[in-house]
Amino acid sequence: MSTLSSIALTAPELLLSVGSIALLMWCAWGGDAATRTISVVAVALLTGAAFLLLGPAGYGGTGFGGLYHADAFGAFAKLLIYIASAVSIIVAPRFFADTGSMRAEYPVLILLSAVGMGMMVSAGDLLTLYVGLELQSLAAYVLASFMRRDTRSAEAGLKYFVLGALASGILLYGISLVYGFTGTTDFGGIAAVFGTPAEEPVRLGRLFGLVFVFAGLAFKIAAVPFHMWTPDVYEGAPTPVTTFFASAPKVAAMALLLRVAVEAMGPATEEWRQIVIFCALASTILGGVAAIGQTNIKRLLAYSSINNVGFALFGLVPGTALGVSAVLTYLAVYIAMTLGSFLVVLQMRDARGEPIETIASLSGLSRTQPALAAAMAMFMFSLAGIPPLFGFWPKFLVFDAVVDIGLWPLAMIGIATSVIGAYYYLRIIKTMYFDEPAEAFAPSGSKVEGGLIALAAVVVSPFGYLMIGPLGLISLNAAKALF
Amino acid sequence: MIQTIAFYLFATLVIASGALTILARNPVHSVLWLILAFFNAAGLMVLVGAEFIAMLLVIVYVGAVAVLFLFVVMMLDIDFSEMRAGFGRYLPFGVLLVVVLAAEIIFAVGAWSAGGIGLGAATSPTPEGMSNIQALGTLLYTRYLYIFEAAGLVLLVAMIGAIVLTHRTRGGVRAQNIRRQNQRRPQDAVRNVVDQPSGEGVTL
Repeated sequence: MSTLSSIALTAPELLLSVGSIALLMWCAWGGDAATRTISVVAVALLTGAAFLLLGPAGYGGTGFGGLYHADAFGAFAKLLIYIASAVSIIVAPRFFADTGSMRAEYPVLILLSAVGMGMMVSAGDLLTLYVGLELQSLAAYVLASFMRRDTRSAEAGLKYFVLGALASGILLYGISLVYGFTGTTDFGGIAAVFGTPAEEPVRLGRLFGLVFVFAGLAFKIAAVPFHMWTPDVYEGAPTPVTTFFASAPKVAAMALLLRVAVEAMGPATEEWRQIVIFCALASTILGGVAAIGQTNIKRLLAYSSINNVGFALFGLVPGTALGVSAVLTYLAVYIAMTLGSFLVVLQMRDARGEPIETIASLSGLSRTQPALAAAMAMFMFSLAGIPPLFGFWPKFLVFDAVVDIGLWPLAMIGIATSVIGAYYYLRIIKTMYFDEPAEAFAPSGSKVEGGLIALAAVVVSPFGYLMIGPLGLISLNAAKALF
Repeated sequence: MIQTIAFYLFATLVIASGALTILARNPVHSVLWLILAFFNAAGLMVLVGAEFIAMLLVIVYVGAVAVLFLFVVMMLDIDFSEMRAGFGRYLPFGVLLVVVLAAEIIFAVGAWSAGGIGLGAATSPTPEGMSNIQALGTLLYTRYLYIFEAAGLVLLVAMIGAIVLTHRTRGGVRAQNIRRQNQRRPQDAVRNVVDQPSGEGVTL
């Protein structure tokens, strides 16, 4: 395939990177006053990139000699990533305007991070994987400490940077071992080598490489036991940035893990299945138990994201197309639930407009702001996976895939752990509906954010079941692109 | 034969100095061990016939680490007079390192001129009639063009990040404004005081 047609495959990334560089010039000349316009253009760019996915970028096959895979799987993940990134850009100006720390570089950094995430989900080679991951993470480190005058934000950025660098080191070590023992960094080539039996020392070497690669990626999706950074970073980072962290990079890293597990290490499913099972069980249990004592809503949502990643990992355990499509459906619904709940957190501000983050301040929200309380209740019920709401469906699909390969006991334990999670989700609903009202929040005043909350609430409501048909079809189609 | 000996020598020293880098309690010693580790890695690269990478390792890493070393010295709370007093103490260590490095250079050059080590099965052998740099450049700008450009974006993000996190516009700074300077006319700046009574100050 010629270089030109390869470049055509990367059209979304190309549009975003050229656009972000142009916007960067605008930042430099226009200053922070131009932030609003730049944000609008950035959202328009993300929309344009999403539409480009309908073209060759969505089904064109491999480009750059196997470095880049433009397939339905990548397109599905990219669509979710672009939606989440756009929402994180839309909610930012109001939050930062209140704290007086809006900078015009915010949308640009999100765009560049989106380029990195696009590279990650379309990676066909360990090198593309690593460069994409670094591009995404480096922008994320800066975003975490975006409110540099705020000590907690600076601390979050530093913690994220140090632990992220450690994870990159682990991942790179794994990549070098895999390269050393297979002789290639191409996913197809690695799969071919993993498919051939090897003598003991070589097999052990490959296994070590596999374990390190999975450990590095588990850090990026914040699965237990590599989750330590999540609560601190989510709590310290400015709320719009936390919204971003909990949604887009999660999807990107999860999709990357799926691609590596299936495309590169598919023949070694028996080996990595144990790792995935352990991470899934540990994440669901610890994500549920550790969240119980939290008083800060952002920390609680951090544990909730750990918990949800655990459930999504259950779908990877079978290593089948059915399982992968279940994970993709899970990610799509997870994005709606997470963005919705963080949008509600963004509405939590006291009379002076200062953001507040305690769970106690939600007391009696049903009486002061019934609509907001109803939306939050829907997101919480949905995150807990309680049946009438749409959050139940992906959990069902994931365990269905596990049962499909006959792992009954695992599915039983997994379902039992979701009960632990239900406790703290229900506690928030109890606080909102049955406690004495606390000081009322300042009125939101933003029609856009209100509209987004309403949209997310409709998606997770029982109306979401109307989407089962198309969503199932698209995600199965995307999953089949990997096999 | 000499290549094999050289390989084991370099490999052992890389691992040993790598371990000492993290085990040394003195940060200055740590950095010196790190330099030795990089140097030996460069030796290994020479042995497998990747001269360009070897030179890069020496220039970029050893060079950059020397700068890093300066930062360590500046940022850690080290008393400089004490440092100077420690010169004699550090001297034997430094000299030892220099001797090892010099011996290694001679050894590596000898081993390299003996023909380099034959790798069992190189997955991508160096193309015939092409120097190392040419081969790397051809790969970077054709097969790995995509990743090369993306690496450029990573550097751009690093640059934006550094500016976003550290740059601030301060109030009360009297920066030069060339346009205003050029627009200023003599009558704005100079006042001719004709009827100034003597013995009093000028009011401007």
